[in-house]
Amino acid sequence: MSDAALHPTSREPRFGFWRRTYAMLVKEFIQLRRDRVSFAMIVMIPVMQLMLFGYAINTTPHHLPAAVLLQEDSDLGRSILKAMENTAYFSFTREVSSVAEFDDLLLSGKVLFGVEIPRGFERAVRRGDRPALLVAADATDPVAASSALSSLGTIVQTALAHDLYTGDPVAAPFEIRAHARYNPAASSRLNIVPGLVGTILTMTMLIFTALSVTREIERGTMESLLSMPIKPVEVMLGKIIPYVLVGFLQATIIIGIGVLLFGVPVMGSLLLLALLSTLFIATNLSIGYTFSTLAQNQLQAMQLSMMFFLPSILLSGFMFPFLGMPQWAQVIGECLPLTHYLRIVRAIMLKGSTLSNLQHDTIALFGLMLFAMTVAVFRFRRTLD
Amino acid sequence: MNGARPAEIAIDVRGLTKSFGGREVVHDLSMQVRRGSIYGFLGPNGSGKTTTIRMLCGLLTPDQGDGSCLGFDIRRDADKIKRRVGYMTQRFSLYQDLSVRENLEFVARLYGMRDPQAAARDMVQRLGLSGRERQLAGELSGGWKQRLALGACTLPNPQLLLLDEPTAGVDPKARRDFWNEIHALAADGLTVLVSTHYMDEAERCHEIAYIAYGHLLAHGTVSDVIAQSKLTTFTVSGDDLRALSADLSGKPGVDMVAPFGTSLHVSGRDHDALDAAIAPWRDKPGLHWQPAAPSLEDVFIDLMNRSRDNFQ
Repeated sequence: MSDAALHPTSREPRFGFWRRTYAMLVKEFIQLRRDRVSFAMIVMIPVMQLMLFGYAINTTPHHLPAAVLLQEDSDLGRSILKAMENTAYFSFTREVSSVAEFDDLLLSGKVLFGVEIPRGFERAVRRGDRPALLVAADATDPVAASSALSSLGTIVQTALAHDLYTGDPVAAPFEIRAHARYNPAASSRLNIVPGLVGTILTMTMLIFTALSVTREIERGTMESLLSMPIKPVEVMLGKIIPYVLVGFLQATIIIGIGVLLFGVPVMGSLLLLALLSTLFIATNLSIGYTFSTLAQNQLQAMQLSMMFFLPSILLSGFMFPFLGMPQWAQVIGECLPLTHYLRIVRAIMLKGSTLSNLQHDTIALFGLMLFAMTVAVFRFRRTLD
Repeated sequence: MNGARPAEIAIDVRGLTKSFGGREVVHDLSMQVRRGSIYGFLGPNGSGKTTTIRMLCGLLTPDQGDGSCLGFDIRRDADKIKRRVGYMTQRFSLYQDLSVRENLEFVARLYGMRDPQAAARDMVQRLGLSGRERQLAGELSGGWKQRLALGACTLPNPQLLLLDEPTAGVDPKARRDFWNEIHALAADGLTVLVSTHYMDEAERCHEIAYIAYGHLLAHGTVSDVIAQSKLTTFTVSGDDLRALSADLSGKPGVDMVAPFGTSLHVSGRDHDALDAAIAPWRDKPGLHWQPAAPSLEDVFIDLMNRSRDNFQ
């Protein structure tokens, strides 16, 4: 103001506030346009969310894989299975001939349901003995199992209409005995606590290493580091290994709280859980480190981590039943370490699965880790060119 | 210098060229540095000094040209060179969040020294940093940071030191101490290539090279470089030098007019033309003219002006 008083001709320009705001706004747009990663985030995140919520995620999943153990081949049995498939909740993908095979499919998570039609079922029905039909469900994810299980009541009616001649609507000629295996109370807590182990580890591990290389570049220490005789693999392992311990501590805390406060059981081997958790931690660290070698600065590294974290939450089976998602979403899900780890951690804690049940997921985690590490080592710039 | 045996040459490069985004930063640069000498690398900001140093230690790959550093090929043997070269970056590049000791131990371990803790302890003492060894490097003052950085790059006993503007922003006392240290290291047989802006530092070097706009314009001892310039200089003292400076600037034959304290340096490349140009003021009362040897600064400013005409 005093300046304006001294020079009466140089008056404060009109609309000064708007001019300055406009200047700032133009500058921000230019910077945003130059920052391709941020720009991609602006477009990609809503598109991704819409696609995932709109198409991939289904809280009442249909066509869940089921196994059937046929102890007898009868018309009645066939029409019951047909009636189950007609609800669209079940899709019979496997036919097994022994109880051991039946249990194994459930333990390894290859099917979510198993239906057993016992020997002499049809004859028992006709005699009026009300035999039991066993439907075993993998209830580690109660959301996935519950709607399918609740549809079972109508199946009796449907099957009756076609095949049975008793006109008595009160006494159903057979009984469906549903078994919610591994989580009989269908407690979502039992499902969520193991899931949280995986999610929390994914987020923290990714971010720790995603920042590691970009931080060195931003602080200028990379120039010194590169002038010294150290190889990319050594840099990578030196940055990953400390966080394996950090991650292990985190996993211990979450599982400890889960067991002590929420009463989540650990049915399987604690050692196996520890080993496979370490593998999962290392996989996430490798992926974070890879982002670190791809990003130009710490902000970009954070954004890349977020881009990875979002589908991990949505498509891994943490929030929504994996097997209820369409095929393409399952394919993406298979590429995410969290998907495999969720199967592992739920199976070990709730089902008591062993390594032989979890081979597929263990190999997948290994593969993802090696892939990420290879990309990172090749992407690591040994010069400042 | 050209007759020196290969074993006596620490750096021998030919035709180094490097561009960034289509702009040539270093153009066809060739240089030789003798073992055990202190070689000063001078030039204005953005002249390609840092880029050249980075090419020598394998941090950048030259687009063209080749050569050797300590007898190893700068393109193929970057790893071997890195093991034998200490590089002190222009910007402090040790870990600010590690203590003095921890930084030194990190370097010692990285170079596979047998007892990193003892090596770090010895270096702390040698640097006079005892008592500060637990302090975080980021909390040190500029002078101490620079000492620590020098300590870190000499720790693994390199044969060649590449120092990129090591004394920028450091007070005169610390600068003098720093140079004493450099001379002591060179006396032990270490080769030192040091880039700087300061003329007094250039005069402390055994040999210097001047680089501007990516071109190496002059090299040799300080007196060689001054003699090569063929510059004639007069110092003028007296009244109203400002007016004189304005009058002389731009006159044919006068290439440079620069104030130095209470006098003016008037220089020209053509002796006769300069004489003719200053003749009208030569006998003006109150002005004292004296022929003088051009200073290194005069020579460099002249080289810079000339190179601007040629390359820009």
